Amino acid sequence: MYGKGLRPLSIATVAMLAVSLSLVFFYAPLEADQGFIQKIFYLHVPLAITALIGFIVGGVFAIAHLRSGNRKWDAYSYVSIHMSVIFGVAVLVTGSIWAKASWGHWWVWDEPTLVSFLIVFLLYATYYPFRYAIEDPERQARYASVFAVTAGAFVPLNFLAVRMAQSLVHPRVFATANGGLPGSMLLTFLACLAAIALLWVTLVKFELTAKSASGQVKRLRRALDAPAPGAASRIAPEVG
Amino acid sequence: MTSSRAAFAAILGKDLRTELRTLQSLPAMALFAVTTFVIFRFGLDRTALSGSLAAGVLWATLLFAAVLGINRLFVSEHEEGGFDAIRLAPVDRTVLFGAKAAALLIYLLALELIVVPIFALFFLGSAAALPPLLGILVLADLGLATTGTLISSMAVNSRARDLLVPLVLLPLVVPLMIAATGASDPLLTLGGPTYDRFGTWLAVLGLYDLIFGLVGYAVFDFLLED
Amino acid sequence: MSALLPAVAPALPLHEAGKYVAGAYIVFLVLIVVYVAIMAAKLQRIERELGELASFAEQGKGEPARAVEKSSVGGGS
Repeated sequence: MYGKGLRPLSIATVAMLAVSLSLVFFYAPLEADQGFIQKIFYLHVPLAITALIGFIVGGVFAIAHLRSGNRKWDAYSYVSIHMSVIFGVAVLVTGSIWAKASWGHWWVWDEPTLVSFLIVFLLYATYYPFRYAIEDPERQARYASVFAVTAGAFVPLNFLAVRMAQSLVHPRVFATANGGLPGSMLLTFLACLAAIALLWVTLVKFELTAKSASGQVKRLRRALDAPAPGAASRIAPEVG
Repeated sequence: MTSSRAAFAAILGKDLRTELRTLQSLPAMALFAVTTFVIFRFGLDRTALSGSLAAGVLWATLLFAAVLGINRLFVSEHEEGGFDAIRLAPVDRTVLFGAKAAALLIYLLALELIVVPIFALFFLGSAAALPPLLGILVLADLGLATTGTLISSMAVNSRARDLLVPLVLLPLVVPLMIAATGASDPLLTLGGPTYDRFGTWLAVLGLYDLIFGLVGYAVFDFLLED
Repeated sequence: MSALLPAVAPALPLHEAGKYVAGAYIVFLVLIVVYVAIMAAKLQRIERELGELASFAEQGKGEPARAVEKSSVGGGS
């Protein structure tokens, strides 16, 4: 039963989002260098951290799938990666907005974290055509898990390499943001991180519940020998 | 253990002999690379390259030429039952991964042996940078070989085989490219090779090789299950 | 000290900056709402399919029941 606990979870998420947004706009002080623009960080950075952890979690689920052979782990892995890709879009768009506001350009190559994230995003974006290209569902699940594990190992290595590629002239803007965070900003940041993380978990659970319901409908259909509708999705793994 | 080594040697030998006899991958890769150099000459409107431009042109070309070879790496296994053979044989299936990666490594080194001197001829003033470049080439090729073999073994069983390898492989080798060009850039400057952060970049390449070698070794078995 | 931060632009005036911050948070909101809309469509589809299956199941129950009735009526008289 995937829906169990979904309601308290979503209530907690909404509450946390309300609390953290209030903190961002009513409690956190204005930052000296960047002014009001800095408020974007409270959204952008938690989204990025959550997405990256989500990718790693997808890799962990993939390991569980490979070791146990139980396809439910593949569904967990798929949904984790799927949700992180969606959060990734939000990261890149908010990052671009912040770049425009700070540097005047909609994209800059000078911010190593943003560039690293772009590369990670591009890799995980290939997850969908990759799954789609493999027809046999069991093999598709296995190969997708191998992909998720490989990509998970890739993430830290990628951040290292991109960071090294930055010339030492350009300062790391995040260093000023995270290095000497005063207590009030840190509290606000952590609250936002908790809220976004809860949002991720809630949406993943939500997605799994919907998949499970679809799966049960298919079971019912088969049990009743009822005629099937159009072709099912080829890449989204089934649950239930 | 001996049977694994024997299997490794057998698969590697078979691959190299086939390639020598049929010459289907290597000449195409080399020709592609040289033609790409010409395209870059006109695309960039330059007759001499140095520094980051030279490093970029060289590594981008090598990478795309490598993809051509990687696409074809497991085709014979797929069509002639090589996967089934390794499943039935009483050896560790990872031997197939190791042997194929070794074969790909040899192809890449052979490719570079032909192509890099031509690159120097076309664009570089002197060949002084070539010896240290060799070290970078070997380490980068190791990483390219492991990741390429892994992706190729999955792509060969799919529908859009030729599309999948470049699609998935390219983002995966970005750190490799960053390190390789980072190390090559100071080597290829007009004034003669310098070794700015050379050791650090080599360390990154080594780390990449290690991590993806281990990942490939760990997961390859699961790819062969049926 | 400020010479070490050549690339960071001076802070935008509040009304300018406000637009960017608002834009970022609006993007976030829009993405969530779009996701909800997509899930709503999925839910609708599930509801519809369940409805079809329910009527199919009821039909199935109806026919054998009528057949039993017929044979008992026929057998009785």
